[in-house]
Amino acid sequence: MSEKDLMTRRIKPITTAAVIFFLVSAVAPLFVASWATLFALILAKGIVVLGIVLLLQAGQVSFGHAMFFAIGAYTSAFWGKYVGGGDILLYLVLGGISSTVFGLIVGLFVVRYREIFFGMLNLAFSMVLWSLLEKMFPYTNGADGIRVARPGLLGFVFTPETFQYVILYVSLLIAAAAFYGVQRYLESPLGHMLRAIKSNETRLEYLGMSARRVLLIGYVISAFLGGIGGTLVAIIQQIATPEFGFWTKSGEFVFIAILGGGAHAFGAFAGAAMFECVRFYAAAHLADSWQLILGVVLIVIILYAPNGLIGLRQRYRQSGKGGR
Amino acid sequence: MADVLLSARDIKIRFGGVIAADGINLDVHEGENLAIIGPNGAGKTTFLNISTGYLRPQAGTVTFLGQDITAHLPRTITKLGIARAFQIPQLFLDQTVMENMLIAAASRQGYPSGFKALARLPEASEMERLLELVGVRSYAERTARELPEGQRKLVDIALALALKPRLLLMDEPTSGVASSEKLEIMDILTTALAKEKVTSVFVEHDMDMVERYAHRVAVWNVGKIQKIGTPAEVLADPKVQQQVIGI
Ligand SMILES: Nc1ncnc2c1ncn2[C@@H]1O[C@H](COP(=O)(O)OP(=O)(O)OP(=O)(O)O)[C@@H](O)[C@H]1O
Ligand SMILES: [Mg+2]
Repeated sequence: MSEKDLMTRRIKPITTAAVIFFLVSAVAPLFVASWATLFALILAKGIVVLGIVLLLQAGQVSFGHAMFFAIGAYTSAFWGKYVGGGDILLYLVLGGISSTVFGLIVGLFVVRYREIFFGMLNLAFSMVLWSLLEKMFPYTNGADGIRVARPGLLGFVFTPETFQYVILYVSLLIAAAAFYGVQRYLESPLGHMLRAIKSNETRLEYLGMSARRVLLIGYVISAFLGGIGGTLVAIIQQIATPEFGFWTKSGEFVFIAILGGGAHAFGAFAGAAMFECVRFYAAAHLADSWQLILGVVLIVIILYAPNGLIGLRQRYRQSGKGGR
Repeated sequence: MADVLLSARDIKIRFGGVIAADGINLDVHEGENLAIIGPNGAGKTTFLNISTGYLRPQAGTVTFLGQDITAHLPRTITKLGIARAFQIPQLFLDQTVMENMLIAAASRQGYPSGFKALARLPEASEMERLLELVGVRSYAERTARELPEGQRKLVDIALALALKPRLLLMDEPTSGVASSEKLEIMDILTTALAKEKVTSVFVEHDMDMVERYAHRVAVWNVGKIQKIGTPAEVLADPKVQQQVIGI
């Protein structure tokens, strides 16, 4: 079967799955209150992982993307600490701008490299940021991080009970918009050029395009998504700590992308849902060994479903038809 | 005499002990089909690499329409109007043939969209026409990776044509294509090039093709142009026959 067949067959059911997922995120927490925060976290992390999936299209893995996540989070934290009077919308705008600017600056360096060098340079930048957050105690409170006071939205203030739903629906709106936007981008000429970087940069240059610029655009979008996700998580968890930018966090995002499947934008949310649910329930029952469960899940995924969770359906269908 | 499009002066390059260009002087005139022949390793591909900025010569200059393009980037040279088809086809293997073509069409515009669907580009029908022209229309929806080598070469040529170049450089355009189809493809290709006023330089090992389709032939040998002239003149030269064609 051609890859194109795979793509077209995959896209329709996956888009349906995505719509169902967003609907469930909207409705399920109305019945179980503790799910409001769980789903908000899934959606926010899904937005970050969307950025990882985007870079995967170009065949590049960033092992430092948590830096943009941290930038988004600390932008809100600093605003709250030094200016005060935060608002969800304002935080999102500021987090979006700061991560985009930061993404552009870091991007100018990293898009000159590929594969392991790309991954490691990203890691290096993220470690510099992490050290700064950790060491500049007078400004950042070091490892303790900065508390993010519960912001309002457009002038309204909420009780903690209402607030968890407000942030859930804000996250949902942004996640759905980001999902749609990234899908459109990947189907557009620029998105196709991003995918072309993976298979043949030489041809891209010989068509008159700068592969670096194409990758830079993808990288900045990816950084923006990271910043937005970080802003949301800081608001949800009401704190920003250096952990947000630590390499294990970057690893977690890559992990989620592989778990969900890097071939499609929905993989980001499928992976985030799986990851956060395992953590949510396993952490409750198995204390410190939830990582063990995730590790086993990842091994199974890599061995039996290299296209991630979203690739599973396809496999199932194929075997149903005798493999074709 | 027609205008000079591409002009190489005293091009030199060596890789360690290997001499790949040793004082190449060549003018490509507007409207002609110039064939390059010569034994393996003579430096034919190297000349195309230097002309398109992929390699920087150790000495000499290349000009295009009077503008010095020596060591400019391939993409800059592409935008000036030189397109290239490769000895080993350079395709986007994970995408369909049509997507490959549309990426070329979008590149030509210069500022590709990040939101409108590639599949909806208005150039789609023009790209189909080009695929039809080189005889691979039926592969349009197939992933490039699935294509046999010969068809990949044709798609590679179609990609270059999609840029609407003034000068098209082709490296063994029909190698890998079944010999029964070679004539037909070259027929269609050269007719199309003439119609669209595209000048071409093509490296070729098949003397039949050279005789039929080239206006002039340049014979490469160890980084030098050993002889240049009409196919009749060049192919009749006993030295060329002996050293290059191996008669
Ligand atoms: N980038 C490079 N680095 C090192 N050596 C090179 C490089 N490019 C070409 N060469 C060498 O230069 C010589 C000329 O190579 P070139 O590819 O130009 O030959 P050609 O005439 O195209 O041969 P063929 O008919 O086999 O395609 C060869 O010996 C080749 O190995
Ligand atoms: Mg060659």
